Amino acid sequence: MCPEQIIELIHDYLDEELNQEKEKTLREHLKSCKECETIFNELKKTEAFVKSISNMQAPPNFTANVLARLPKEKKKVWMQRWITNHPMLTAASVFIILMMGSLFSSWSQDQEFSVSKQKNLVIKNNTVIVPKGKTVKGDVVVHNGNVRIEGEVQGDVTVINGEKYLASAGHVTGQIEEVNQVFDWIWYHMKKTTQDAIGIFSQSETK
Amino acid sequence: MDTIVKKRIKQVIKGDQDAFGEIVEIYKNSIYQLCYRMLGNRHEAEDIAQEAFIRAYVNIRSFNQDLKFSTWLFRIATNLCIDRLRKKKPDYYLDAEVAGTEGLTMYSQVSSDSPLPETEVESLELQETVQKEILKLPEKYRSAIVLKYMEDMSLNEISEILELPLGTVKTRIHRGREALRQQLRYV
Repeated sequence: MCPEQIIELIHDYLDEELNQEKEKTLREHLKSCKECETIFNELKKTEAFVKSISNMQAPPNFTANVLARLPKEKKKVWMQRWITNHPMLTAASVFIILMMGSLFSSWSQDQEFSVSKQKNLVIKNNTVIVPKGKTVKGDVVVHNGNVRIEGEVQGDVTVINGEKYLASAGHVTGQIEEVNQVFDWIWYHMKKTTQDAIGIFSQSETK
Repeated sequence: MDTIVKKRIKQVIKGDQDAFGEIVEIYKNSIYQLCYRMLGNRHEAEDIAQEAFIRAYVNIRSFNQDLKFSTWLFRIATNLCIDRLRKKKPDYYLDAEVAGTEGLTMYSQVSSDSPLPETEVESLELQETVQKEILKLPEKYRSAIVLKYMEDMSLNEISEILELPLGTVKTRIHRGREALRQQLRYV
């Protein structure tokens, strides 16, 4: 009667599924039965052997090889990850896009003829004339129109989206600038903003 | 760890392959080991282990997120191993012999610079012997034994992985253990 039933108990014991009562029965039997005790010890040894070889490591580059074999990732996910990984670049590019947008839109909105208000300037059919023998003080800015200088301008002349004509008798003490392209215009805008900013500083300094 | 895995799975479902890479990192050793112990050949083990992860990725939407991910992954890997074993059955014993020696070369590669101390040689021989005996087990006992002793799975987990009743799993482990005892008792 000994082996079959006891062997069952041994296996249940190894599976940790033996209640205390049955474990007691098993322990008592093992004390009295050499044969079963040997089997019990051999099974425990077998378990230990099998467990002892149980920490294998996957070959190097395993993960990379798996990822290389996967079907292609969706673009959307790639973009999302790029954005989370590069928050500064994302913020900067959003800023630049918005800036460009506003500049372009103000360029295209800015189609009306306008001119800075100064004494002695004559306006004829979208052409601003500095008459012969007259002197205009301060900077002259003309939007969407031409300028014809026959007299003297004591300051800079800027023509945006138009042409300038400087007569041989005409004279400009400052710089003459023509802005006809969008990028010229942006450049002009940036320069003006910086100059204004510097102007504010120098003003507050003189105060 | 389960919460990390769950989070990563959600990202994978959205298509994030980096998140899947993290899952592979977590399970690669145990899945590779399962395949190696089942197949007895390093090259095949790597191939099947990779295949298991790829199948998991492709079918991730069909994974029920209330269950344990490892159970599902181990089921995929075990089934792939068993399929492979069935396909190559005719030369299976011949292959097992080769596999044993391959295990030896792999371990000896690790420390090939210095001559092996005697105890290490003995432990290599033991490892080789045990691996050989595991490979001699019929596949249905082998899978249960490998999951229990190599992967440290509970009987309940094994029954879920193999999709077998608990009683059947117990019987297989008992028989596998007994067969191994017969072979290993004089080692």
